[in-house]
Formats: sequence, structure tokens, C-alpha cells
Amino acid sequence: MADNDNIVMATAERIFADLADPQTITHSKDASWRAPLWEALSKAGLPLSWVPEDCNGSGASLADGFAVLNAAGRAGLSVPLAETMLAGWLLSQAGIASPFDAMTVAPALPKDRIALNDDGTLSGTARSVPFASETRHIAVVANSANELAIALVNTADCRITAGLNIANDASDTVTFDKVQPIAIKPAPQQFDATTLLLMGGVARSLQIAGALESMLEISVGYANERIAFEKKIAKFQAVQHNLAKLAGEAAAALAAASSAADAIAKASRFDDAVFLESVSAKIRCAEAAEKGAAIAHQVHGAIGFTSEHILHRYTMRALAWRDDFGNESHWAVELGKCVAARGADELWPLVASR
Amino acid sequence: MTAALRFDPIRLPPECEALRKDVRAFLAEEVAAGTFDPHRPQREGNDARGFSRRVGAHGWLGMTWPKQYGGHERSFLERYVVTEEMRVANAPTRHFFVADRQSGPVLLKYAPEHIKMDILPRICRGEVCFSIGMSEPNSGSDLFAAKTKATKTDGGWLINGSKIWTSSAHVADYMIAIFRTSPSTKENRRHGLTQFLVDMKTPGIAVNPIKQITGQAEFNEVVFTDAFVPDDHVLGEIDGAWKQATSELAYERSGPERFLETYYVLTELVRAVGPNPDTRAAEGIGRLVAQLHTMRRMSVSVAGMLQAGKEPVVEASIVKDIGTVWEQQLPHRVRDLAAFVDVDPSNHATLAEQLAFATKLAPKLTIQGGTTEVLRGIIARGLGLR
Repeated sequence: MADNDNIVMATAERIFADLADPQTITHSKDASWRAPLWEALSKAGLPLSWVPEDCNGSGASLADGFAVLNAAGRAGLSVPLAETMLAGWLLSQAGIASPFDAMTVAPALPKDRIALNDDGTLSGTARSVPFASETRHIAVVANSANELAIALVNTADCRITAGLNIANDASDTVTFDKVQPIAIKPAPQQFDATTLLLMGGVARSLQIAGALESMLEISVGYANERIAFEKKIAKFQAVQHNLAKLAGEAAAALAAASSAADAIAKASRFDDAVFLESVSAKIRCAEAAEKGAAIAHQVHGAIGFTSEHILHRYTMRALAWRDDFGNESHWAVELGKCVAARGADELWPLVASR
Repeated sequence: MTAALRFDPIRLPPECEALRKDVRAFLAEEVAAGTFDPHRPQREGNDARGFSRRVGAHGWLGMTWPKQYGGHERSFLERYVVTEEMRVANAPTRHFFVADRQSGPVLLKYAPEHIKMDILPRICRGEVCFSIGMSEPNSGSDLFAAKTKATKTDGGWLINGSKIWTSSAHVADYMIAIFRTSPSTKENRRHGLTQFLVDMKTPGIAVNPIKQITGQAEFNEVVFTDAFVPDDHVLGEIDGAWKQATSELAYERSGPERFLETYYVLTELVRAVGPNPDTRAAEGIGRLVAQLHTMRRMSVSVAGMLQAGKEPVVEASIVKDIGTVWEQQLPHRVRDLAAFVDVDPSNHATLAEQLAFATKLAPKLTIQGGTTEVLRGIIARGLGLR
């Protein structure tokens, strides 16, 4: 998706290169790299890319924002940029202005529900909420019996049980116990309980695709340097074929994620076509993450298994991102049910419509 | 980042949808008339020649070629729609498929004008069938080991030797083949092969069908004994076929036929599980559909690159690698998922027959037109590993 005429993405890439260098972060003993990185991202207006200017944002297009997320994946970025972008997008769906700091969204898993109580407070538990403990605000999708609402809450008003995903990024359980939101408005008509999950899933798909692009680049570079049995390991056919398979997985992930992003950017609503594109991207990118990460590690041998090597920043993150906003098993069941309900002879027309 | 990883989200333009409707309506008429049975891919259809002419009459052959040669100057994306609809319907395309996909573009590029004027309009009318003479008994993937000789004689060349695994040679009107015109050199082992157009009615050509494990006999051994090919049937540079081989590969390797060859078993599985599948079947179908959708988006993207005048050889190789492995595994995955389907859905016999056929067909999918190993070698070269 690298597009040189995309100025928003180019800005993001420059900041990632300057302030999120994987080598520096891997060797850092503390979190001191985070503040300057976030400050630069905020100054450039990137966290609120998807928020219109009248809601405090920078009003970038969906397409530009998706390109930023792909670049964030290539950088193995481990600050809540995607989460804040999603939160800003979610709040703006209901016309709620965004605060100027890091945010996340809840719920992040398909089975979690946050209830909107009769008194206007929120109750429920959202698990695996990415970076919740590092944010000041959470954008929430909440259900009452007959209404779907979008709310902004103070993270401090919730109970946070800290957790980590396999990439050691914060992934926390957030408990809402009659939390009074700062702002709450009805969700727009076409918005349903899966909309946030689909949007989040496409964000994660683009990040996974980006991480796979970097795994490929790092692995090809390593294979062209590392000597074994008196030659570069890149010259061994077994290694070549493994890397060709990694390239195929990265290409498939990129194609699926870019296609889904394009579908959402051009759609007026989240219809069956957007559903097919979004969940296919999440399923295929998750599968690619598994196969691709295994090959990247195999090519690197023991050095790639060390905490000081940068490879794990991409492999573990790509694997962790599979679990956010519905994993591939969940979406495959949903897609399979949708296909079955439409009937055998409607499958090809659906695929061909894209 | 390597250029091989660009798969832009190309969309089919609006004119494709009207075309798709026309193709579907035509195919429905052909099914109604008994030309072929879309649910029985194992049957070869009654009237592949007549079908070919009728497809030509609709303007669906040589779609991207110049009008002066009978073509229609339409886009690769429009051609893509026709190809995928025919494939999904299991239409009997064998009479025209090779000519339309590969042979015509080679002639357009390398044949002398009078031959183009003679043959290309006939391809567009669906009248002629082509085969491709590449493999020999001792040279398959190693194309440049070909030994079948073309020896210079008055006004042309005498061909001696044999080709093998040549699809449709028993019904083909022409073959485009590579023959050895010089020995390879120390510096370049690919040197010395020349591409020729061969009229299959030429005396000295014997075609021997070879029965396959599916029970069909659609590939052949072709033996040449002093078969005469005139000088104007040389295609391109003498001894330089190796320079010409690569660009065609992008056409050959990235099309919908590279992942839809066994698609029918997925349709039939969806029919067998019915509207309320259990979790296992739903998940299995969901994954297969996600994979299918992704490959198609990759394949359409390559068609878009062809339309833009690029030669996406590496991208096309990636599509064929992933696509053929997928279509090869598909009957096995469907078999797994069908294991717990009710014993008596109405299409039980159809699914069983299709699975038997697809399972027997599957091994060839990762061999024909460039093996998985060859493709991964090309991808590795594109990555800068060799």
C-alpha cells in the first residue's frame, strides 16, 4: 500500500522512522521513548485522523488513515495510535467531539456487551481492551433494550485489570460499574453491534499486513547476510522457497486488507459486501500471520528468538493482533453462516460482486 | 520494500457488470440446450467446437486484441469477467481457451502480418484450437533442455523429435512450440531455442493421446518426423525464444482459472450443509470463502496491472502458487467438512461424484503451466535471493 503521493502516510512514516526505531525500542530499558513519539504523532494530527475538524480532528480521509495503519504495522508500532483513531472515528459517528489524548475502544471482543442502564450509566465488562491502561478516555458502544449508543468515558471511572498480549502490549479488562459517561449519543441508524468490530478488524488486518511486509524484508536481508555451510543461506533452495511462501502470505494479507479498507472507504454503509471484505481480511491476515511469522523465525534461527533481536516486535504483534476485534475462528463461523443462509447459488455472485 | 508486493485494490469497472449478465444469460441458454452440465465437470460436454463458435460470435474471444485482427479492443478486466464466469459454470472452453489466453497474444507480438491477418480473426470467431509444445520426454520444468530439433532446409525447417503432455494436441489446428535450432552455449544455456507456429495438418506429425488418472485423455505425445515448417512460421528471434517466454507467463499464471478449477465442490458443500450449518461446517466454509475472496482480489489486481501495460511476472507467480495449492487442497477440505453432513441431502450423489473427480484431478494443478517449485524460484529471484 506504500503510496508516495499520500502525504498523511509519509508524515507518519517519517515519525515512525525518527522516534519509533525498533532497534532503539528493543534496547530501551524503560518507556522513555513513548512520550516524544506520542507528542510528535499528536502534533501531526495523526491520532485524530478520522475525526472531522469540527470535532477536534484533522479530518483525513478513511483511505489516508488506513494507509497510516498499514505503515504503523510495518513499524511494529506499540502505542495506541490505531486505538485512538478508531475511538475518534467511533465518537464522530455520533457527533461527539474527541479529547486530545490517547483513547481506546470497547468492547473489543464479539461476545462482550456494555449495557446502557435506564439511569444513563454504563455497566459490563470488556476484556482484552487494547492499551486501556495507557489511555485517559474510552469510546464505548453500549446497548439498551432497544437502542445502541456511543459514549465517551473517563478511563479513571472504570476498573482496569491490567493484562498483556503476547507482544507485551497492554491488553486489559475494563469493568464498567454504573459509569457515568462524559458524553453519550444514539448511534446512527446504520450502525450496529458489529460495525466497530469490523472497522477494528480491518485496522488490525492492515497492521498485520504491514508487520508481514517487514518480516519479509528483515528475513530476506538476513538470508542474504548469514553464511552457513560456506554460503549465504539465501542460496539454499529450501530457504528460498520458504521465503517465497512468506512473500505469498504477505501479499495475500496486503491484498485482503487493502481491498477491505478500500471497500469501507467507498461504502455508504456496512452491507454484506463490506462484511465479506472486512471479515475475509481479518481471517486471511490472521492465517498469514501464523504462517508468515513461523517462516520469518525459521529463517532467522536462534538469533530471532532472542529478546534483543527486533524480529519479535513484528511476529508477536502480528500474532497478538489476530485476537483483537474478533479472531479468525469467530469471523469464519459468522461468514460461513452468512454464506449458508444466502444459499449455494448465491456464493459466486457474492464473491464476484467485489 | 519490494515491488512484488503491490496488489492495489483494483475494482471491475461498471461496464463489466452488464457484460457479466450477458455471459450468465448465454451460459444458461447453453445449459438449457444441453451443451454442458454445470454440475458435472467430469463430463466433457457434447459440443466444444460449436460452443467455441458461439462464444466467438458474442465477441468474447480476442477481446483485448486490435480490431484489425478481429479483436474487440476491450479491457483485460472485461476479459477477466468472461473467463471467470465460464470457469465457475464449468463451460467447455477447451477448444478456444489456449488460443485466446496465450497463443493469440504470442502471434500478435511475433508473427508476420499475413499470418496475423489469417489466423487471429479465426481465433476470434472461435474456429481454431491451439496447443502449446513445451515439455518433452526428458525436459519438463527444465524448458531449456528441450532437444526436439528444427533443421534448416530450403524455405523452412524440418522438425524431428517429440513433445509430451501437450494438452488438446489431438484436436488442435495449430501448435506453438519451441524447438532447438542451435546448441546451447557455455555462457547461456538458454540459448538455441526458437519459437515456431506449427500447422497440425503438416505431414510427419503423429499425435498419440495419453490416458490420465481422471479417465480423460486430454494430453498427448506428439511425434515429429521430418515435419516441414515454413520460414514465415518462425515466431520472433531465432535461437532467442528464452527472451520471449517470460512476458507471456503473466497472462498464463494469474487468471481466475488458477484457483477456480475445483470451485464446484465448494458450491456443492454449501448446498449439502443447508441454511443452518453446525459450527464446524460454518467455520470451514467461512475460511474457504475468505481465502477464495482474497485470491480473486489478488488476481483482479494483476489483471489491472496487465491493463496498465505492466508485466507483473512475480505477482502473477504468487497468484498461481497460492491459487493452485488452494484449489488442489479444496476437495480434501470439502471432504473433511462434508464428513458429518446429513446422510441424505438431495445433492449427496452430485457432491460425491464431484469430490471423486476433483480429488483425481487435483495433483496436476500444481504441475501444469509451471510447477510450484518453478514458481517459488521465480518469486525468490524477484525477492533478490538468487
